[in-house]
This record gives sequence, C-alpha cells and structure tokens, in this order.
Amino acid sequence: MSILGRLTPEALQHGPLAAIGLVNVAIAGAVAALVVVGLLSYFHLWSRLVGGAKWLWSEWLTSLDPKKIGVMYIVLATLMLLRGVADAGMIRAQQVLSVGSSHGVIPVDTFQQVFSAHGTIMIFFVAMGLMFGLINLIVPLQIGARDVAFPFMNSASFWLYAAGMALINLSLVVGEFAATGWLAYPPLSELAYSPGVGVDYWIWSIQIAGIGSLLSGINFLVTILKMRAPGMTLMKMPMFVWSVLNSMVLVAFAFPILTATLAMLALDRALGMHFFTSSFGGNPMMYINLIWAWGHPEVYILILPAFGVFSEVVATFSQKRLFGYKSMVWALGAITFLSFTVWLHHFFTMGAGANVNAFFGIMTAVIAVPTGVKVFNWLFTMYRGRVHFNTPMMWFLGFVMTFTIGGMTGVLMSIPAIDFQVHNTLFLVAHFHNMIIGGVVFGYFAGITYWFPKIFGFKLNERLGRYAFWCWVIGFCLAFIPLYILGLMGAARRLDHYDASMGWQGLFIVAGVGVMVIALGIGFQILQMIVSVRARKQNLDTTGDPWNGRTLEWSTVSPAPFYNFAITPGVHGRDPFWAMKQSGHVRSEAPKYQDIQLPKNSAMGIFIAAFAFAFGFSLIWHIWWLAVVALLGIISCLILRLTNDDTEYTLTAAELARLESKNSRKGIRS
Amino acid sequence: MSELKTNLPASRDESKTVFGFWVYLMTDCVLFASLFATFAVLRGNTFGGPSGADLFSLPFVLGETLLLLTSSFTMGLAVLATQRGLKTQVLAWLAVTVFLGAAFLTMELTEFTNLVREGNSWVRSGFLSSFFTLVGTHGLHIATGLLWIGVMAAQVYRRGLGHATLRRLTLLSMFWHFLDLIWIFIFTIVYLMGAVQG
Repeated sequence: MSILGRLTPEALQHGPLAAIGLVNVAIAGAVAALVVVGLLSYFHLWSRLVGGAKWLWSEWLTSLDPKKIGVMYIVLATLMLLRGVADAGMIRAQQVLSVGSSHGVIPVDTFQQVFSAHGTIMIFFVAMGLMFGLINLIVPLQIGARDVAFPFMNSASFWLYAAGMALINLSLVVGEFAATGWLAYPPLSELAYSPGVGVDYWIWSIQIAGIGSLLSGINFLVTILKMRAPGMTLMKMPMFVWSVLNSMVLVAFAFPILTATLAMLALDRALGMHFFTSSFGGNPMMYINLIWAWGHPEVYILILPAFGVFSEVVATFSQKRLFGYKSMVWALGAITFLSFTVWLHHFFTMGAGANVNAFFGIMTAVIAVPTGVKVFNWLFTMYRGRVHFNTPMMWFLGFVMTFTIGGMTGVLMSIPAIDFQVHNTLFLVAHFHNMIIGGVVFGYFAGITYWFPKIFGFKLNERLGRYAFWCWVIGFCLAFIPLYILGLMGAARRLDHYDASMGWQGLFIVAGVGVMVIALGIGFQILQMIVSVRARKQNLDTTGDPWNGRTLEWSTVSPAPFYNFAITPGVHGRDPFWAMKQSGHVRSEAPKYQDIQLPKNSAMGIFIAAFAFAFGFSLIWHIWWLAVVALLGIISCLILRLTNDDTEYTLTAAELARLESKNSRKGIRS
Repeated sequence: MSELKTNLPASRDESKTVFGFWVYLMTDCVLFASLFATFAVLRGNTFGGPSGADLFSLPFVLGETLLLLTSSFTMGLAVLATQRGLKTQVLAWLAVTVFLGAAFLTMELTEFTNLVREGNSWVRSGFLSSFFTLVGTHGLHIATGLLWIGVMAAQVYRRGLGHATLRRLTLLSMFWHFLDLIWIFIFTIVYLMGAVQG
C-alpha cells in the first residue's frame, strides 16, 4: 500500500456537482474571512495584520476564558448553520424539480450526501455548537463563579469540536461524504455497501467532536456541582443552570454510547469485524438500538438548555418570578430520566413485538406530561406579569406555538399503530424539525439576543431582530406544514424522485418557498449584527442590567470582565440580583478586594485538536504511519500539559481595584 | 497531612478534580456497558465458528486475574506510602505494579496471538469481534495505565511528593482500581459464563 494509503489524485476529482460543494466552501470561507476581518477592523487592528493575527492568537484562540470560548463556539456554529441551510436549499430544490421525466439538478449519489451532511451538520455542529457556546458564556456567570472547573479541558473540548468540523468540511474537497443518512444505519454503512471514504468521514468527524462534547459534559457537571457561589444551594440555582445540569447528566450518560458505537462501526469497516454486518453473525439492529440509546437523549441534551433559556427570558420580560420553580425542576428531572426509556420509538417497525412497542409508546407519551408542566408554568409566569415584547420574548411566543404543534404530532407518533403508517415519511421529518427549529433553534436565538449585551456591552437592533423572527416563524410554517401533509400522503423522507401523478409538486414548491423565507430571516440576522455593531454607541449597556434582570450575571458590568466578578457574590435566595435590587444592596460602597487565581492561556488544546484532526484524516484514508505519529503527538501534548504545575497566575487585589474603578468610570462617562 | 487540610483553596481544588475524575470513570463505565451489551447480544453468533467454551482456558484467565488483583493491591500500597511521604517505597510499589500490569498485558496478548494464529481472529464471527473489542478495550486501558504509572513514577522521582503529585497519584489509583473492577465483570461474563454455557 502506498505511503498515502488510499488517498489518490482521484479523491480531488468530483462530479458535475462539485461546483455546489465548492460554492459552499467558498461561502463558508468568505464568511469566516469577513468575521475575522470585521473583528480586526472593529478593534482598529487593520493596519497591522500580523499584529491582528497575534492578537487573535493570544486574545482568542489560546484563551481559556469560557466567555471567549463561548463566542468562538457560536461563530463556528453560525458558519455551519449557513452550510446546513445551503444543503437544505439543495434538498428542497431537488424535490421541487425532480418530478416525472425530469430528474432535478442533483445526481442521486450527491443528493444522498447532501441530506446526510445536512442532518449531521445541523445536529453536531450547529445545535451542539450553539448550546455549548451559550453554556460557556452564561453558566459560570449565573452561578457566581470566575471560571469552569477545568479551564484547559474546556479549551480542548472546543478545539476538538473545531477539528471535527474541519474534517466534515474537508470531505467536500478531498473524497466524498457519507451517503447513508445522518445516522449511517448498517448494513448500508458497512464496507460491502459503502466502500468509499464517505462513512469514514462521518465516523471520525463526529467521533472527534463527540469526545469534545463528552469532556464538556463532565466539565460543566463538575462546575455546576462544585463551584456555585456561597449560599446558592441547588434549589436556589437559576433555571438555566438547572437545565444545563440535567443536559450535562445526559451528555455524561449518552455520549459514551456514541463513542463505543462509532468505534464498533469503524472496526467493522477498518479491520473487517462483524458487529453490524448482515453476515458472519453481525447484528445491524444492535447498532440501531445503540445509536438511538445515544440519539434520543441527544435531542433532550439540545432542548433542555433551550427550556432553560426560555425560563430566564419569560421571568425577566414578565418582570415576575418564574411560576412553579420546584415543579420546573422536577419536570426537568423527569424528562431527563424518561429520555432514556423511549429510544425504541425510533424503530417501532423493527418488529420487537406488541408488548415492547406498547411499553415504549406509553413512555414516549408520558414525556409530554412534564413538558406540558413546563409550558403551562411559562404561560402562568406571563399571566398578570408586566410583559415586555422584546425580541427574546417574541422567540418565546413563536416557540410555544411551534413546539406545541410539534409536541402533539410527537404524541401522535408515539402510538405504534400510527407510527407504522408514517414511519420514514416526511411527516416524521416535519415533526422533528418542529422540535429542533421551533424548540432548540428559537431557544438559542432567544438566548443569544438576551445575553448579547452581557458579553459585548451593547444590545442588538430590535427592529431587525423582529423582522428575522417573523421570517423564521412564517418560513418555518411554510416549509414544514406541507411536509406533514405530504407525509400523510405517503411521501417518503430522503425522496429523490417522484411521479407527477402523485400530485405532490405544489406542496413541495410551498416548502421550497418556506426555506427561502427562512434564508431571508438569516439575512436579517446577519444585517442585524452588522447594524448593531455599527450603531453600538447608541445601544450601549452602561448599567450591566439592560433588561431589569433577576440573576447574578446582571450584577456585574457589561461586557463582563475576564474575571467575571471582582468579589464573589453571596446568595440568599432565588433571583439573587432581583433581591439585591429590591433591598438596595446592589454594590458595596468600599469593596475589599482579594487576590484571585486565573488560568494562563494555553495553546495545547489547539495542538491536541490538530493531532486529532490528523489522526481522523489518516484513519479515513488508511495512512497508518500518520495515525501512529498523530497518536504519539496527542499523548505527548497530554503528558506535557498534565505534568505542568504552572498553569495559573494571580490577579492582585491592587490590580483588581484598578480594573474595577476603570469599569465604573466607563459606566459613568457613557 | 494536617497542612493539607488547613489549606482551603488547595483542598477545594482537590475535591473538584477528584469528583471530576469520578464522573469521567462513570462515563467510561457507560462505554464498557455498551461493549458488554453488544457482547451479550453477539455471544451466541458464532456463525459456525468456535464458541467461548471451545476457546477459553479458565486456569490461564485465572492467572491473569490474580496478576491484576495483586497489582491493584500494590497500587494501594503505593498510595499509602505516598500519604506517609516515603518516596522510595512509592517508587518501589509503582514498579511492582507496572511489572504485574505488564505481565497481565503480556498474557492477554499471548491469548490474542494464539487465537489469531489458530484462525479464530475477529473477522471469524460476530462473537469473536465483540470478544476482541471488549477485552481489547480493557487491555488498551491497562496499557494507558502503565504509561501513566511510568510518567507518574518519573514525576515522583524528580519532584518528590508534593500536593500535585498526591492528587495525581490518587486519580491514578482510582483509574487502576476501576480497571480491576471492569476485569472482574469480564472474567465473570465473558470467560466464566462463556466456558459454562458454551
């Protein structure tokens, strides 16, 4: 075998549709360049690009500050959102055009890669990225901590996520991507039926990103349980923190299953094992059980923090304490537990028998109960509150509508007999987009708008935010309500072609228009960002508390300083900052500062991720010597970092006092 | 020791790391649980090839087990010596642990090599795929542990027994005992039940 394994010049040659892929890369690259250039010019570092690069390296890329890591997560996730939406546009275009004698614009194998990439990207690199971004930004602030439990591990997690993302984008240029759907069911994903490198790209990009997620899960679990401000008992934690805690418990339980499952599929493909093959005693259904034992909790991993965001948003913009705090906590706990008891509803048609299906069907329907508790609690929070209809609140109202519809179709499908009818149809596709867009995505958009001033020091433009909201809601309805109808009419998901006599084309056209409206919404969001940055002077948050907030993050200045709090706050109840404002004890007159310990920057996370990228790449292309080198690189980096005792520095009390007085002067001046 | 307890920031840091490591071990436990579940499903799928009863030699595996259990005991002795500040003893017990662990790993690799040589490698059947993966994953953990012990010993040798060393040794011993526990399950479920039921 050659020194480059199975990597040959043909890997760079693509079919006629390569253009679309390359256009995607070009779009992503251009946007990335724009963001970097924008950041550079925003901080007046244009003149010296080298200086800019150095600044980027030392202030951002090697930073262990969770707020900066959070921003980097959100920037990368946004780039991937653009690629995911471009994929969605291609799927819609194909299904509008590929009817009767026409076969659309995309060859079948490319179409299969497009829908596989769409799902993989949206879940692993958009939703997970936005989620960990928000968690990094807000959890330490909300619990009154200066940092996460393991700052270096946090940086390594982020860079592993970036390495996975680099691999999945590389598949556009070098080789191909999986044509097997976003969960790569065997035996289709086995070597016998998918001999190319596509499935290997899928395996290693999400394996690497997934290990990053697992480490983040451990990190935030420990952060929340061990680093809360004095007095903040569990039942005094903000609801967002509760939701993240539950989500991270799920990460810790579910992601190892993904790691093991992907490893077994990789062993089947690379070493000729027979875990999931259709012969030699393999069992493909075992894979499907395992992947959903991860996959079902995964959707709750994504939605729980969105629930947390809405709990904060509704209480703040209703100027009222959250209704039913305790029942909210128990509902979260119940959902967390139940999410591990329903995975089989993804394959009722497997033939496990009526009794097994009945059990999983009932458990699935039962999840609607705690979820319903949460929806009603949010609505009761609004009831007789002083509701301010800011953009985050608009996202909440859109969420209630779409999420409730999605929830009802979910309960419909929890009945196995009905599921047999709509299994693998566009009805299901409409259902989970209803939950993921209407629930997860709207939630994270609300969170980003809500907490933006805390991180950057100014508010986002309200009017453009509202335009974006209406485009998303209307576009969403246009894009997915037709899919429910099509699904009931029998249109299968991942459909490449259909006969004109089916009469489906009209509905597909409506759905296509819906995607365009959503794309317009994204355009408004980009415009909103540009306009808000340019007009930031008018929207400065000088108080640190732009929305009359309730929780600790609003008690520090905006943008939050790198040390979060000069003095660790004491907590005596729920909504601690609200209580401080009511009693008039917002800031101490003559604060007594103490030396604080903060983590030094480290580039080791980047190096580890770079080696992990090389490791994944070499396993995809069977370049075994490179795999050994990369593995040794990872081990060396880990040993160097973990035997290093000099990882923190001291911010002295005097320096802290100087920074604090500068912050307060800035507030008065502007 | 008393100095350790009064130093509040250091001890808080300690509890964070130790707790975090416990959580990590639990995630590793879930990983092994997935492999055990797969093994349980595939154990009968021999596809006409040999079953566990045909392949396993219980006395051999008992020897492996005794080596690993003893290494867990000597690791405990190393931690006890650390707490008493006896550097030479720590190094000695770590050396014994490495020796026992390496002996275990050698036996496991011998078993694997013999299986492959007799034509019963992982490509033979679903049962053998899951057997090699489950036992091999444990072996890979043992190899990682051996590397860790080596690095740890070098650190103790060069830097002595400070706070950081004590914390790292605690984590290392947790890891090692955890692997012992996993092995007990492998011994029972893979080898004993395999040999009995066939």
